[in-house]
Amino acid sequence: MALLTVRNLALGYESHTIAEGISFTLNAGDYLCIVGENGSGKSTLMKTLLHLREPMGGEILTGDGLKRDEIGYLPQQTVVQKDFPASVREIVLSGCQGRCGLRPFYNREDKKRCEENMERMGITALANRCYRELSGGQQQRVLLARALCATQKLLLLDEPVSGLDPKVTNEMYRLIESLNKEGLTVIMISHDISAALQYATHILHIGSQIFFGTRQEYIESEAGQLFLAQQKGGEQA
Amino acid sequence: MSVFEKLSFYLQYPFVRYALIAGVLIALCSSLLGVTLVLKRFSFIGDGLSHVAFGAMSIAAVLNLTNNILIVMPVTIISAILLLRSGQNAKIKGDAAVAMISVTALAFGYLVMNLFSNSANLSGDVCSTLFGSVSILTLSITDVIVCVVLSIVVVIIFILFYNKIFSVTFDEDFAKATGTKADRYNLLIATVTAVVIVLSMNLVGSLLISALVIFPALSAMRLFRSFRAVTVSSVVISVVCAFSGILISILEGTPVGSTIVAVDAVVFILCSIAGFFMGGMKR
Ligand SMILES: Nc1ncnc2c1ncn2[C@@H]1O[C@H](COP(=O)(O)OP(=O)(O)OP(=O)(O)O)[C@@H](O)[C@H]1O
Ligand SMILES: [Mg+2]
Repeated sequence: MALLTVRNLALGYESHTIAEGISFTLNAGDYLCIVGENGSGKSTLMKTLLHLREPMGGEILTGDGLKRDEIGYLPQQTVVQKDFPASVREIVLSGCQGRCGLRPFYNREDKKRCEENMERMGITALANRCYRELSGGQQQRVLLARALCATQKLLLLDEPVSGLDPKVTNEMYRLIESLNKEGLTVIMISHDISAALQYATHILHIGSQIFFGTRQEYIESEAGQLFLAQQKGGEQA
Repeated sequence: MSVFEKLSFYLQYPFVRYALIAGVLIALCSSLLGVTLVLKRFSFIGDGLSHVAFGAMSIAAVLNLTNNILIVMPVTIISAILLLRSGQNAKIKGDAAVAMISVTALAFGYLVMNLFSNSANLSGDVCSTLFGSVSILTLSITDVIVCVVLSIVVVIIFILFYNKIFSVTFDEDFAKATGTKADRYNLLIATVTAVVIVLSMNLVGSLLISALVIFPALSAMRLFRSFRAVTVSSVVISVVCAFSGILISILEGTPVGSTIVAVDAVVFILCSIAGFFMGGMKR
């Protein structure tokens, strides 16, 4: 059984539909990249997959016994207030909250996992710093470490590299690739089509046409050709 | 008479001891909740709820209810829950929602009073919602017992749910997406806050409550950068300020509520200065 099956999903806000007819299946270990123009509904799709929004129609089925507390999420923008006092360690540790259930405190295993993921993201030295005083790239790593604390199966990333410099961007992609190789299923939204084609196993294109298939199928498809041509045109201009 | 003689003389009176106990406990509870409330942009919820209480009171008066707490308490608690429950995803955000509900309740209450009431002491009622219907110096032993029980419950709930409160306040969407029952915890925070504010509003008045919610949290945020440090220090600051405020007011004969607020304000200024220099040194 597939990890995630989406059938004829329609997305929208209130009564206004922004995308419909989205269907795809995802198996454990896949790396899905969601591409599409600004405002095409990528973030909305991700929120719907996470049950933060109700779908307008269609269904989302989870398989392989995937539970809510086995999903990690990196939001596109975490609107954290300027004055929110929170240290890096507190934030990363809060990724373990879903697994706690009614247990009031974090146990030793949670704390160990928190330290491991901070190590993995190279932010151990920042552990006691205030989140708001970090740079954008450092903040992104903190939130990714938090997402990793929350999951061992499925990781959803909404534009994980936006605002990062080219060097850190490449590091980030390589990091996500290694996580995927370790067996984590990844769903990533990205505007970076070349990276998507380099790393992903599957591509979901949202827009006037909906496309889902493997990377090779996408390159050969009409939607893919059109989108790639647009992107190239944009780069030359 | 030295200061200490004067103090021990006053402390012989039960009402002075009651005021000290109740004042310190209310300061403790409100500062615990204050950090979350300030971060959720609900600093003025105490003020807003007092206006709701006034609106409910006017309806009780019109209905000729003798025991108006029966209507005031539920109405205020329900509005607090409605305000706080929806969390980060509310259509109308914290400050605007509080302002809206408080203005509406005030206007409505005044209107109802004017239309239907014949003998109401209008300005007296408005005043008592602002400064407390019983003054902190006239508390009975029952009031003090209520305070003690309430504080114990609040402290226990806060400690048990501390990590969940942090997760839900910091990033509600993430908490929800990864399997935390955010709605449930928002409701819990809202209910506890509502009960604390409504009960202590009755004892010390909403002006003091607003100050007790806002000042310790803001002072602590000037000094510390982690949630735990801010929470702990805001409790310490609040308790110390309330204690010394009450002592000063007893010794100098100043009004209790205003004295506590003044002490809190001075401490806030000191913390801001200290925070400025600490921040300067780090960089
Ligand atoms: N809270 C909201 N209420 C109503 N409409 C919304 C809301 N959030 C987004 N939309 C609309 O839904 C559409 C899709 O938004 P979404 O954020 O999913 O786009 P996106 O594909 O993630 O774009 P981007 O590449 O800029 O991140 C947009 O047209 C937007 O205006
Ligand atoms: Mg988006």
